[in-house]
Amino acid sequence: MGQTIIEKIIAHNIGVKSVKPGDIVTVNVDRVMLDDIMIAFVNKKFEEMGFSKVWDPEKIVLIYDHFVPASQVDDTRAYKAGDDFVDKYNIKNIHRSDGICHQLMTEAGYVKPGDIVFGTDSHTTTYGCVGAFSTGIGYTEMAGILGTGQLWVKVPSTIKVTINGNLPEGVYSKDVILRIIGDLTAAGATYQALEFCGDTIENMSIASRMTISNMAIEAGAKCALFTPDSKTAEYCDITLNEFQMNLVGDEDAVYAKELVYKAEDFVPNMACPSQVDAIKPVSELKGTKIDQVFIGSCTNGRLEDLQAAAAVLKNKTICPYVKLIITPASRKIYKAALADGTLEILSKAGAMITHPGCGLCCGRAGGILTDEEVVVSTNNRNFLGRMGTSKVKIYLASPATAAMCAIKGEI
Amino acid sequence: MSESFTGRVWILGNDIDTDIIIPTDYLALNTVKEMAPFGFSPLRPELASLIKEGDIIVAGSNFGCGSSREQAPEVVKALGIKAVIADSFARIFFRNAINNGLLLIECPGLSQIVKEGDEITVVPGNHITYEDKDYPIASLPENLMEILKAGGLVSAMRARNGLTD
Repeated sequence: MGQTIIEKIIAHNIGVKSVKPGDIVTVNVDRVMLDDIMIAFVNKKFEEMGFSKVWDPEKIVLIYDHFVPASQVDDTRAYKAGDDFVDKYNIKNIHRSDGICHQLMTEAGYVKPGDIVFGTDSHTTTYGCVGAFSTGIGYTEMAGILGTGQLWVKVPSTIKVTINGNLPEGVYSKDVILRIIGDLTAAGATYQALEFCGDTIENMSIASRMTISNMAIEAGAKCALFTPDSKTAEYCDITLNEFQMNLVGDEDAVYAKELVYKAEDFVPNMACPSQVDAIKPVSELKGTKIDQVFIGSCTNGRLEDLQAAAAVLKNKTICPYVKLIITPASRKIYKAALADGTLEILSKAGAMITHPGCGLCCGRAGGILTDEEVVVSTNNRNFLGRMGTSKVKIYLASPATAAMCAIKGEI
Repeated sequence: MSESFTGRVWILGNDIDTDIIIPTDYLALNTVKEMAPFGFSPLRPELASLIKEGDIIVAGSNFGCGSSREQAPEVVKALGIKAVIADSFARIFFRNAINNGLLLIECPGLSQIVKEGDEITVVPGNHITYEDKDYPIASLPENLMEILKAGGLVSAMRARNGLTD
């Protein structure tokens, strides 16, 4: 019988011919990602468990991003905890101000197609963009992996999403995933894997695929997988091996559900306050007054996102009462956007350009809002209180849509 | 875990996310005990102060969706909640709760039946009783029961490393 991508990855990892949904298996972990928010808690649990050394210092990546730069005095405690952990256990990979964890994990080459990766952040699903099984876990489980290199998982069933055709002008992968989350609902893919295929997906850049895998968790998914191709190989700077080339859903694989879309049917979408699955076409929200626009995050803070915003904002000026905050996802992206003139266009239009990192997306600094204020944002969550007080209204959109809103002062 | 218990119910809706359970702002606090008074504050600021030891949360679908913050189930436990019963749970929250010894029970539809403030009786792995009517519930898979029985993943790993609690 045929297999889905996630079944192939898990079977390969544990050295068996096949697995089926519902099987509970123990996998060998290829890489883990720890962030600044969780490191102190992971370390505490690790020591409580009685471990004296980590299973493999090379396979552990520690990234400071949520608290960088510190916005409250207490934040610096996370750096101290992280630095102590690195020294004590001889951890090889640490990033203190290079950007958002989910950008760096693939950008810096820590994740390869077919890998199994766990991280202490829910958007760890992002690495599915290169065909890796990656998902978020809590700090106690992470502590267990640090000691053993293993974790139990239940093999998920798979929802197959096929998209063929050409996306209309002004429609991006963000609009695609918002629509899919709306169709599936916020819990619609809970415990399940999403698998994306079709020529629309094949034609997407890795950056665009990342936006989709990043937001898969907003439908509850365990992971979101894309078949590795020549773009993946180039992005990861590898030659795909036989196993990696075979990471495609078999024709006779069994799927829990199949969704089929025509790319031409997609429109610019927004997730409305305060649920990620409250999706409406932008055309239905026209005229809604806004106070701020945020373009950034691990969802949409990449070079092509900044370029899409710059294409809209070139030779234009933003609305006088709107604050436009732009946060590149990593230092590498920041430098590239500086070199190609993108940041200059954005700055001339009236944008504030911040240091790379999580920025406003985690609601701790860099533009938090107050009651009744409205923000259009390119990140992944519009939950109550995510970007300031619980009465802030957050609309999620693509960078191009967000940039247009910044000019008009309304949706 | 298998002994029955009775508790007062707090009703919550669908998609209770981890930013509601404990907002990011409070994650920088030193201990979960310090975070607990801010539990559920974006939704119901008064709730944390009203919850008493042994109370039960009954919620709709997708409880615990959102981020992977393990402080979420820890805050629920620190507030004294004995069990969370929901139509369904988000995946990461589910794992985190088990790993911290917080009992979760799926019982679809119960949140539409029970009234806030009423008492229910839970017989784990068997049924829930409310107003003389029984609602069946499933038992957890064996590997999760082992972690719960050990008192959480930390205790299970300590045992693996030859340490006793």
